[in-house]
Order: sequence, then C-alpha cells, then structure tokens
Amino acid sequence: MSDIGMTPPRFTFRFERWAPALLLGIALLAYVGIAVGTGQTQYLTFENLISILGRSIALGITAVGQTFAILVASIDLSVASLISATAVVASVVMSGDPAMMAPAVAAALGLGLVVGLLNGLLIARFEVNPLIATLGMSLIIQGCLSAFVSNFAGSVPAEFQALAYGTVGGVPFSLIFFLLLALAAWFVLRFTRFGSDVYSVGGNKDAARVAGIKTSRVVMGAHVVCSLCAALAGLYLASRLRSGAPWIGSDGVYDLESIAVVVIGGTILAGGRGGVWGTLAGVMIFSLIDSTFNLAGVDAFAKQVLRGVIIVAAVAFYTVRSRRLVA
Amino acid sequence: MTDNTLSAASRRRRSLPQINPVYFVLAALIVAIIVQNPAFVEPTGYMNFLKRAAPLAILAAGQLYVIVSGGFDLSVGSLITLVVVGSSMLLNNDPNATWWVIAVMFGIGAGVGLINGLVVCYLKVPSLIATLGMMITLNGFAFMWSGGSPRGYLTDSFRFFGRFNVTDLPLIRIFPVAIIVLLVLGFVLYWLMHRTNLGRMIHAIGDNPRAANLAGVRVNRVRIIAFIVSSLSAVATGILLGGFAGVSTDVGMGYELQAITAAVLGGAQLLGGRGSVPATIAGALTLSAIFTLLNFLGLPQPIRQVVQGLILIAAVAIAMVRRRHTGR
Repeated sequence: MSDIGMTPPRFTFRFERWAPALLLGIALLAYVGIAVGTGQTQYLTFENLISILGRSIALGITAVGQTFAILVASIDLSVASLISATAVVASVVMSGDPAMMAPAVAAALGLGLVVGLLNGLLIARFEVNPLIATLGMSLIIQGCLSAFVSNFAGSVPAEFQALAYGTVGGVPFSLIFFLLLALAAWFVLRFTRFGSDVYSVGGNKDAARVAGIKTSRVVMGAHVVCSLCAALAGLYLASRLRSGAPWIGSDGVYDLESIAVVVIGGTILAGGRGGVWGTLAGVMIFSLIDSTFNLAGVDAFAKQVLRGVIIVAAVAFYTVRSRRLVA
Repeated sequence: MTDNTLSAASRRRRSLPQINPVYFVLAALIVAIIVQNPAFVEPTGYMNFLKRAAPLAILAAGQLYVIVSGGFDLSVGSLITLVVVGSSMLLNNDPNATWWVIAVMFGIGAGVGLINGLVVCYLKVPSLIATLGMMITLNGFAFMWSGGSPRGYLTDSFRFFGRFNVTDLPLIRIFPVAIIVLLVLGFVLYWLMHRTNLGRMIHAIGDNPRAANLAGVRVNRVRIIAFIVSSLSAVATGILLGGFAGVSTDVGMGYELQAITAAVLGGAQLLGGRGSVPATIAGALTLSAIFTLLNFLGLPQPIRQVVQGLILIAAVAIAMVRRRHTGR
C-alpha cells in the first residue's frame, strides 16, 4: 500500500520488471561458471539447455496455472493431488487402448474443471481462506484416489507417450507444447478482458467490485485455469511415466514448488502484480539451479538445504526493497 | 460493514455469552467415542487419548502465536523431525546426556524461530515462503545429520516426557507425564497470549500492523517473538513425539498442516488478529478425537484424509458464515 505514492518517473529502470531476468542471468552465470570451473564444458550446448528445460515441463505447466491463482491473490495447494488424480484417471481410462485417448484426455480435463470450479466456489462464494479450501480439497482428492488405487494403475498406449517423448526437429514436443501454453497464458493475461480483470481483482478486490467487475467469477475463472493446467501436467506425467500412480504429484511436491517458482518469478503473493514470463524465468532458474548442483557434484542432502536457502534468498531479492509491513 | 438496522433477534444473539463452538464439537465427539468404545471412560482410555493428543496440542498452541500475528509457520514439522533425529545422534545412547541435549534442542529451536522472524521482518519475505524455505532447509539438515538413515535410538531418560506414566495414583491410577507437560506449557502459552501485553501486541499486529506501529508497538520485535514461541513449542512437541514414535526422517511430516487445522478449528482467524489458546488446544483434541473415532470405526487411512479435508473446509466455511451474520 505504502509505495503507491511514489510513482516512478518515465523511462527509469524499473527494478520489478527486470528482476526475474536479472535472477535468471545470475543463475545462468553460476551454471556456466561451474561448468567452466570444473572443466565440464561439454554441458554448455544448446541441446543440453533444452534437456535441462525438458526436465521441468510438469512443474512449468503447473506453475503457469498457479500464476493465475496467485495473481487473483489466491493460492492453490490442491494441484499436486490433482496431478496424481488426473494421471491415474487418464491412464485407467486408456488402459493401453489408443482409441480411448480422446475420452481419457476429456475425463482428465473434466476432473480438472470440476475441482477448479469447487475451489473457486469455496473461495469466492463461501469466502473460505484459499489456503484452507485448497488444502482441504487436496486431502479429499488424495483420500478418494488412495481409496481406489494404491499402485501404478492402467497403462498409456505408445501413441500417447509421444506427448512426452516425441521430438520436432530436435526439440521435444512437450517443450513446444509448454511454450505454446505459456504464450497462450500471456496472451490471455495481456490482451483479454479476463486477463485485465485478473489483475484488477488481485490488486484491489473492493475497488474491482466497485468498478463493476464480477470478482467472484474472476476468482473462479482463475482457479479453473489453475486446475486445468494441473490436469495437463498430470496428462504429461502419465505419458512420461507410461502409467499413473497416486503418489506422482505429492512426490514431485508440485504444490509448494509451483508456488515457489511463481514467487521467484516476481509474482507477488498479495496478488495483482507479476505475470507468466516471470514464472517461465522462475522455472528456468529452478532447473538451472538443479543442473548447477549436479555439475558441482553437491551431495543430495546439502542440495536440499541450499534449495531452501535459495528460494528464500530469491524472494528476498524482490521484497527487501519494499517498505510495506508483511506477515 | 454491518447492517445499520440490527434486528431484535440478532441483538439478543449478540448479547448471549459466546461460547466457542469447538467445545461443543469436542464434547459431541467424545460422547460418540464413548458410545463406540465404552472402555474410553476408564482412566487408561482417556489418559492415553490425551497423551497421544498432547504433542499436537502444544504445537498448535505455539503455531497460534504466528497465526494471530498474521503469518504462517510451515517449518514446525521439519523442526520436529530435526529434533528427533538430532537428539538420537547427540545422545549416542548415553543417558547422562539427556539434559544438555534437550537444552541444545531448545537452542536450535530458538535459532530457527529467530531466523524465521528476521527473514520475515527485515527481508520482507512473506512468512509462507520464508518458513517453506526453512522447512526444506531443515529437512535437508535432518538428512545430512543422520546421513539419510537415522541410526541409534533415544535413551529412556529422553523418552521419559513422552512415554512415562505416573502410576499408582488414587482414582485415576495413571497420569502420563506428557499431560503434565501439556498442562504446564498450555498454561504458560495461555497466560502469555491472554494475560500479558505481549499477547495484546501480537493481536494488534495481526489485526492491523500499521495501526499497531503507529500506536507504538515494536512490530518487528513482537513478530520475531511469535516465531520463536512457535519454534520452541515445536521443539517441545518433538521431544514428546520422540517418546512414543521411533527415530525416522518423517516423524514430523504433516504436523505443520495439522497444527494450522487445529488452530482454525479453534476459531483462529488466518491472516491474524484473533485466536485463543484454550480453544486451539480444544481444536487439537477435536482433531485427535476425529482420528480416534475413525480408527474405532475401522475406517482406512484414505477415508481419514477425506474426512479431515471435509472438516477443515466446513469449519472455516461455518466460521465465515457466522462472522457475516454477527457482523464481526
């Protein structure tokens, strides 16, 4: 609130806008530095960069959706269990039959739609705190899922595995799909009415309502987008693992990691500021950090310690300059 | 905010003494448990129930400090793990080491809380992210310390607090030490929150940090204290849990969310400004009672998850509806 008064003059360097790129630059420098420093220059190729990115497609897809939820000043903790649920549903519906691919995708997206609507309804209409609503939803989804399956269930036909393993001119198909999704999300946020409503509602809900925006619809829309993206991530993981299991979402910690990635990308938890490109930068930063650790041969547990520190440090990079009181 | 025209009915409703609904829920659940399992009225029945619920109750009461101050502390679960794993490493099967190991653990807890508070106050990182980072870091430390597979075990003198029962008492026969710890810590936390200036200041900064600041509250100092209280209570929880759970790297997993759930069941307002220590402890007992009841009913783990989710959402939704009706 307090920093609204100091509108910056035009044509000045706006830190907030460039911070994600700056962080990405730092991460890239660290990666290159370690690679050169340890004499592993064979990893400094374009192909390797693509493979680094390819490892975090599922996180990226989830994070694009999470960006919408966080932009409306909400949050979605149910994505991890939704990813597991959609992966299992898709793989069970297909059970190796290529003819069932379309119904399986429809079922997974339908599940995402329902969960998103329920989340949105609870948060927007019943005013349940988003953290609690989506946490509760996550428990419900995970419980229902574990009641029916306890191991890898169903299987994915070879045709569907092309989603994860196919390439177009050396670039993985999944990476292209992810970039197209990000592009679409950027377009929606930048050029559509829904997009500008998302920013208004996240920035100041009461002002948005007074300005005539149906705020609860916008919040529900953002949650539907978020859940649909999680469903897509679940489909991708089913294709990559060739089957769905009830723990793939929680094993990947997609709920907390997607939030961390979005926040590292400069979208603020209070809502209304940030965007998809920042999230993309956040995903790249995350995978670069992992690859840097691998190059440097950091022990797996020390890696985890450093990750925690880096998440906080990256977010502090944005927030330390703010003068508002946070909690 | 409120309607200008208060109806007579709502005015009367407001003048009634407000009893937190969590107590009714808890009473109903206990009746249900007794119906299911009459042995529960025996001292061993309810004492064992309280003993098992004590760690969560203490943890939730500590978490409440951070919640009322307007934040979240997600790092408590991994702090519990670190306490259990770290104690088993430090004790090294030497019973004489118990007291200094406990002191070291509380020192670590105070340090963790201090860092959480400093990061939130001075680096302005939202507490959700700050304590999430701390959670990941502490989990990493617990793994590093134990080399991935914790070895050794906790000595009986360390397990005293969680496991030991005072026996041969008249009337109630047994009285677990864990309940004494719960009573003492619960009273201290209640007193600090509801009978001192510190408690009022925590409420104030959670309600409106800017107003509190203008009124002369040292917001940062109070917030840091709230985080330290939460971390210290997590250490106490870890010591109790070490008494009945084995040494593993996932003892504390999920406890941070259960603690937040318990506080919410007790009527605490997320994002600050309202909450009560006794009601939070009742919330923790309610949560444990629900799990006990589901156990007696023979329902499998997945159903427990679903029920916990439903209860969580319903509790907050009902609280919101009530708040809207009473206009507070």
